[in-house]
Amino acid sequence: MSTRDYGWSTSHSEPGPGDAGKTGSWRVLRPVLDPGACIPAKRNAPACFICWLYCPDGIITRSIPPTIDYEYCKGCGICAEECPTKAIIMVEESSVTKGKP
Amino acid sequence: MHIIESGNVAAALGVKLSRAQVIAAYPITPQTPLTEKLSEIVEAGELDAQYIPVESEHSALAVCIAASSAGARAFTATSANGLLYMHEQIHWAAGARLPIVMCVVNRGVGAPWTVWNDHQDSISQRDTGWIQIYVNDHQQIIDTVIKSFRLAEEVMIPIMVCYDGYLLSHTYMPFDVPEQDRVDAFLPPYKAPYALDPENPANLNTVTLPDIRFDAQGRLAHGYMEIRYLLQEDMRKALDAASSIERQFFEMFGRGGDAFFELYCCEDADYIAVSMGSLSYHLRDVADLLRASGIRVGVMSVHLYRPFPASMIAQALVHARRIIVFEKALSYGYEGALCSDIKSALFHHGHNQARPEVLGHVLGLGGREIRTEDLHEALKHSCTTPVAHPDEIGWIGLKI
Amino acid sequence: MEHEHLEIRWHGRGGQGAITAAKIVAKATFESGYPGVAMVPTFGTERRGAPVFTSLKVSKTKIYDLSPISRPDIIVVLDHLLLEETDILHGLKPGGILVINTPKPLEAYNFDGTRLAVADVTAVSCRAGLPEGMVNAGIIGSFARATDFLDFALLIRNIEEEFQGRRASENAQAARLCYENTTVMGY
Repeated sequence: MSTRDYGWSTSHSEPGPGDAGKTGSWRVLRPVLDPGACIPAKRNAPACFICWLYCPDGIITRSIPPTIDYEYCKGCGICAEECPTKAIIMVEESSVTKGKP
Repeated sequence: MHIIESGNVAAALGVKLSRAQVIAAYPITPQTPLTEKLSEIVEAGELDAQYIPVESEHSALAVCIAASSAGARAFTATSANGLLYMHEQIHWAAGARLPIVMCVVNRGVGAPWTVWNDHQDSISQRDTGWIQIYVNDHQQIIDTVIKSFRLAEEVMIPIMVCYDGYLLSHTYMPFDVPEQDRVDAFLPPYKAPYALDPENPANLNTVTLPDIRFDAQGRLAHGYMEIRYLLQEDMRKALDAASSIERQFFEMFGRGGDAFFELYCCEDADYIAVSMGSLSYHLRDVADLLRASGIRVGVMSVHLYRPFPASMIAQALVHARRIIVFEKALSYGYEGALCSDIKSALFHHGHNQARPEVLGHVLGLGGREIRTEDLHEALKHSCTTPVAHPDEIGWIGLKI
Repeated sequence: MEHEHLEIRWHGRGGQGAITAAKIVAKATFESGYPGVAMVPTFGTERRGAPVFTSLKVSKTKIYDLSPISRPDIIVVLDHLLLEETDILHGLKPGGILVINTPKPLEAYNFDGTRLAVADVTAVSCRAGLPEGMVNAGIIGSFARATDFLDFALLIRNIEEEFQGRRASENAQAARLCYENTTVMGY
């Protein structure tokens, strides 16, 4: 195995999770989506997807309802900030992981 | 008073003690904490200076050029692509003969993007007409900032004080902060030989002709080439000025002593490692290890890189069998710039003796960790193996 | 206890204060008469929550090697969850000291050949009146208890100086309580 096998002579990155490892452990605040307030979930139709569009790490799906990949979400909070119906709220990660051995 | 702080704070305290009057800088990693600290110092009223926020590094140096032209003591700082964005103004400041001091917090340049340390940024600015000084620890950072204002104002040439990003800028180590009154005695207020004055308007750095000319008053004025010749002449004179200022600093503060370079165990050395910045201190530990195994190794830390003290460097190196240069920069397509400069110095000054062989190594690019074991192995190999390909540089820590 | 040369590696998360803690110990070390002190943070992706570590090297002579510590005498861990995430113990010398902020008791761990010290620094620091998650002063208390390297009163003074105007007395109290509540295992 050699880095020559990489095939590029420049730095290169393709869409997809995990280029920097499992960054979910960095999270201090966790985004939690409430389907009752989420536009595509309420209408059961592809709509809005502002969270998917704004997520800088591409870890929110364009699905009904959108899902968040907590293995990679760093907890930046942009989705919660941008969500027009405030369907995403940021909660303390420790309140979720407490009790974890 | 001794304190433990980061290298960026050491630089900021040096600027404060030097009583800089105008500071303009644009934040860039790893320089940012230096400019943050300076803005705090100015905001708190601890330094009577104008801190001018700008929208780019090009503007930062443009502000310093204007301030210095008006007779103010001016300071800026940057790193990597910020330094390159200044490039046009860097040439300008030297050609305009303005005694600006700039800290370059050394970082690799993109592409690819990196925020970590190497020396490619400032080495690539070698030929701009600035004095360049590389320092090895926090004491040298604070002292060199103070000495640099003195030297710059004496020879009217701007100075880059270069120190390693992260390795020095973000590392905490003890250093002495000299008292303000002693710094004041060493570094008097700046009196510009000419300062912009609305009462006596003048146009500075106007277009020159290929040949000399008579000006409006009938005086014979320089052409472009004479002005550039004077920059070279004064750069060479700056060697003596740097030496004399270093001596005065040593007498007042009891530190330093050699403006050009520091030598470690070089008197009887068969092999001398040459480097700049914190790496040159790291090499001292490696020299100790090799000496313990019977290989007589010394280390030269080059401080003053431009003007290059070629004859003094050659005299210090010429008795060795082999010189091994360790660099965090590369002139792509050939070798490291310091390696070429060392060879050139020995070519001129080693005439009547057998010249030492010179080997070049490149390492630590983009913050690649420099492990003592790797340095040890590379230096040992360089001392004990015949030189097969003198034109080929060695790469340390490469994982391709 | 006097040392010729000592290497202490501090592991935490961005924003947790591992660098501040190491800086406080660095200052106290220098004041204890060690001229060689270098605290070298290793920077990766600078973000709150990301694993970070810093190398504190202490010596009777000047430190020239600023590379990260590979053979630590002491390892300090500000968040026990890091043990599952990265190879925290890498290179720890046989008989080396390991200090962990953890809610778990000593018996929950089995690190052969190390002198382990544990305290629930997070909980104890809250008892001292600090907001949850401020553990950098408290961990110094545990460090002091586990190592017997520096004078504790000197460490407390350096904590008070560092946090001047920022809950200085609560931070000093957290260090004291953590000192008392640290349990140390033999070899």
